[in-house]
Amino acid sequence: MVLLKVIPKVLNNSALRLSALYPCISFYGGKKYNFNLGKTRFSTCSRKGASFARELALGNLNMKWIFPFPTLPSEDDLSELNQLSDAVGRFFDEKVDSKKMDEEGKFDPEVVQGLKDLGLFGMQIPVEYGGLGLNNVQYARVAEELSSDAAVTVMLAAHQAIGLKGILIAGSEEQKKEYLPKLATGEWTAAFCLTEPSSGSDAASIQSKAHLSDDGQHWVLNGEKIWITNGGFADVMTVFAKTKVTDVNNEVKEKVTAFIVERKFGGVTSGKPEDKLGIRASNTCAVSFVDTHIPVKNVLGEVGGGFKIAMTILNSGRFSMGTTVAGQLKRLITLASEYANQRTQFGKKLAEFELIQEKIFTMAMQAYAMESMAYMTAGQMDIMDSNGEPQDCSIEAAMVKIYSSECAWSSGSECLQIFGGLGYMKDFPYERMLRDSRILLIFEGTNEILRLYVALATLQYAGAKLQLRLKALKAGSMREKLTAISDQFKEEWYLKTGSDRGQVPDPSFSVRSYSKTKSWLDPSLIPMGEMLEESTLLYRRRVYQMLRKYGKKIQDQQLVLKILADAAIQIYGMTAVLSRCNKSLILGLRNADHERALAVAFVKKTYRDNYLIMAQLAQVNYDDYYLMQRKVSNDLMEERRYLCPHPLEVTHKYEEHPKYLEQLERIKAIKD
Amino acid sequence: TMARVLVGVKRVIDYAVKIRVKPDKSGVVTEGVKHSMNPFDEIAVEEAIRLKEKKFATEVIAVTCGPTQSQETLRTALAMGADRGIHVEIPADDYVKTGPLQISKIFAKLAEQEKANLIILGKQAIDGDNNQTAQMTAAVLDWAQGTFASELKLEGEKLTVVREVDGGLETIDLKMPAVVSADLRLNEPRYATLPNIMKAKKKKVAKLTAKDLGVDLASSIEILEVADPPQRLAGIKVENTEELVGKLKEAGLV
Repeated sequence: MVLLKVIPKVLNNSALRLSALYPCISFYGGKKYNFNLGKTRFSTCSRKGASFARELALGNLNMKWIFPFPTLPSEDDLSELNQLSDAVGRFFDEKVDSKKMDEEGKFDPEVVQGLKDLGLFGMQIPVEYGGLGLNNVQYARVAEELSSDAAVTVMLAAHQAIGLKGILIAGSEEQKKEYLPKLATGEWTAAFCLTEPSSGSDAASIQSKAHLSDDGQHWVLNGEKIWITNGGFADVMTVFAKTKVTDVNNEVKEKVTAFIVERKFGGVTSGKPEDKLGIRASNTCAVSFVDTHIPVKNVLGEVGGGFKIAMTILNSGRFSMGTTVAGQLKRLITLASEYANQRTQFGKKLAEFELIQEKIFTMAMQAYAMESMAYMTAGQMDIMDSNGEPQDCSIEAAMVKIYSSECAWSSGSECLQIFGGLGYMKDFPYERMLRDSRILLIFEGTNEILRLYVALATLQYAGAKLQLRLKALKAGSMREKLTAISDQFKEEWYLKTGSDRGQVPDPSFSVRSYSKTKSWLDPSLIPMGEMLEESTLLYRRRVYQMLRKYGKKIQDQQLVLKILADAAIQIYGMTAVLSRCNKSLILGLRNADHERALAVAFVKKTYRDNYLIMAQLAQVNYDDYYLMQRKVSNDLMEERRYLCPHPLEVTHKYEEHPKYLEQLERIKAIKD
Repeated sequence: TMARVLVGVKRVIDYAVKIRVKPDKSGVVTEGVKHSMNPFDEIAVEEAIRLKEKKFATEVIAVTCGPTQSQETLRTALAMGADRGIHVEIPADDYVKTGPLQISKIFAKLAEQEKANLIILGKQAIDGDNNQTAQMTAAVLDWAQGTFASELKLEGEKLTVVREVDGGLETIDLKMPAVVSADLRLNEPRYATLPNIMKAKKKKVAKLTAKDLGVDLASSIEILEVADPPQRLAGIKVENTEELVGKLKEAGLV
């Protein structure tokens, strides 16, 4: 092929390098890039609405996300935030008997009152309505202390992160004035009522209904909600129900509407508290509404706009799971390492054994990564665009949630392991912490659904941008086809040969030595930056391959989507870790060497894991394996039992079978 | 008369932290270690605020002496309800050599300046364990003192203090002005609520140096070494008194 022979020579000739080869630049979303060799290039992805994850799918690293790592405006702000957090931590250490509340399955009323007095019921409610007005970064920090007791964390989150969040986000001034002050002090508590017996992940299929009363003054609500945290006592609930809406074409459709429902409106009954595996002190129950009359002024947002409000509410609270779990892991590291330094076996302290060290190391690494990701996300959520609108960080928040929930469960289990038999006993808190953490993978969007969301939302964006190239490949003119093929080739070539190749056409992390730019990254982190760049390009390549292979049908390829989502999460983790470590090195913070070692370990491990993950999608690996998986799963699901015959089945006849005897002969021949 | 109360607060290593001695034996490790207000000082602040809430005091002024980080402790006092704060800034190098004698002189000068008539301090700090500052302050000012207070009652010019002493409880009457040191059972300090912590930002904190007050920080004490207490050895069980006496004689103790 002519191209093959020409390109290497051209790439090595700096003068000719780019202009000859890339007339197709416009295919990359229509933005022309200037290639002034020798000048520092920052990747500036200023496309509106493009978050980190979306840009990642195109192989772009969004520098606005990466640099600088979120910081507080001043030393005083940091000091105050630490004071707030310490006050919370202290209350939990001294006043909250988690073991007792877990055993009894309910909260100590004194503890709940203490939480209200501390001001924890209105953390994100603006100061003018009686709350603390914490922004997302501040809230994330305080949440680190709350996780001392998971049941309390969940109760508080159900109240403010979702229960009253709707009023904050979509409420009118009157609604805010009426409800927020009492909710901030905890005089009233809130709950979020969306899930129904037949509608969990599929929230759009809810069947609760509300219709206007004859006089048009009230909505009459009927429906049954299940698994509502705080459902047994909440005074104010955000309830979602289907209402008939006439759309632009004069068609009547059923759309979800959000309502602010007070228990005192009548017709509200709470079921018995559920007996749970974990977070047992928190109240979870069914709530049913029978002809509950809601004044029309209590509609939240617009009639028919409820689904979007529900999703916005859920998206806005997810990121805090990262810091909550990180706080918990840090506590576990203290407890487990203390124990490992005391317990001796075989004449050595447990702390000297590698297998034990590995567990502590993994916990530290995961805590570091998840808090980096969480604060990066929170920091971005606090940045408003020029219209005063927050950015869409929903994909990144979902990534934080997936990562932190799974680490909580796996590391909780490893931590319990360090304690051996003691870990299994109820006398010690580790089994409770493990039980409490299991719910994290289920609520606030199951991890399966969130992975699909992460993958599909990024693919949708990438697909739209790559559409031109894909179209060209399929149906374009000869020149267009060739340019598309050469783009593809150039990527594969670049990946195969690594550094010292021509400048990458897309804005890059600017760390590669050949790019002749002074990298912005701390010198000791440059190799890590290169790994990040490579992982990103590999991810982009796979995204492109999968889109090309499946097109719209990719929606059904859940196994592929899962792999892509996992890769994206790993890369986001790498980015957050590098950004944060860079900041620590700039500031020369305490224990910087230790931190750098931890960060480097994380990046190296993730880089390797990513290759393994992405390798699953390579043509040769993927097709056969997943075909087998599909066939076996379908059989099992249809027959609803394990289908293979038992290992011992008819073994007595096995040894008489002529085939067996033949094989026996052949084996004997090997030995001779 | 109403009291104008001066309360002393000290930033110490948090009581729950495991203390480690520095390898060079010059002191304990403080870098990166969690610090908080001395627990007895919290009790002192709480008592002062209760006096104000019961309208026996007009103003509560919190005072701390130390390097820049000591301000955090002041802010906790303000969050608990003190009206304003004074930070007597002492650089870290000098602070290491500062002890109760110097601090008591500073408090005495401040009491005069602020026209306070009641000083409440914690009975001792959990790092120094000196139990001297309240007594020395009273002596410098020539005021009455009520130490190890487990109960406090103010009536006009008379301050009734119930003291915890070795033999039990001693009740004394003091004539104001007076210095009181708070003991454990005086009260249970309130938790600084988050809204109050944020409001504390707006309260005034004045900054001074020892020189401004005309106090000489020179110390006649020099710390030679800080070391871990010796490891406690295991004990042994004896069957009867004879064996006990025998063992004691063996060890040369009788």
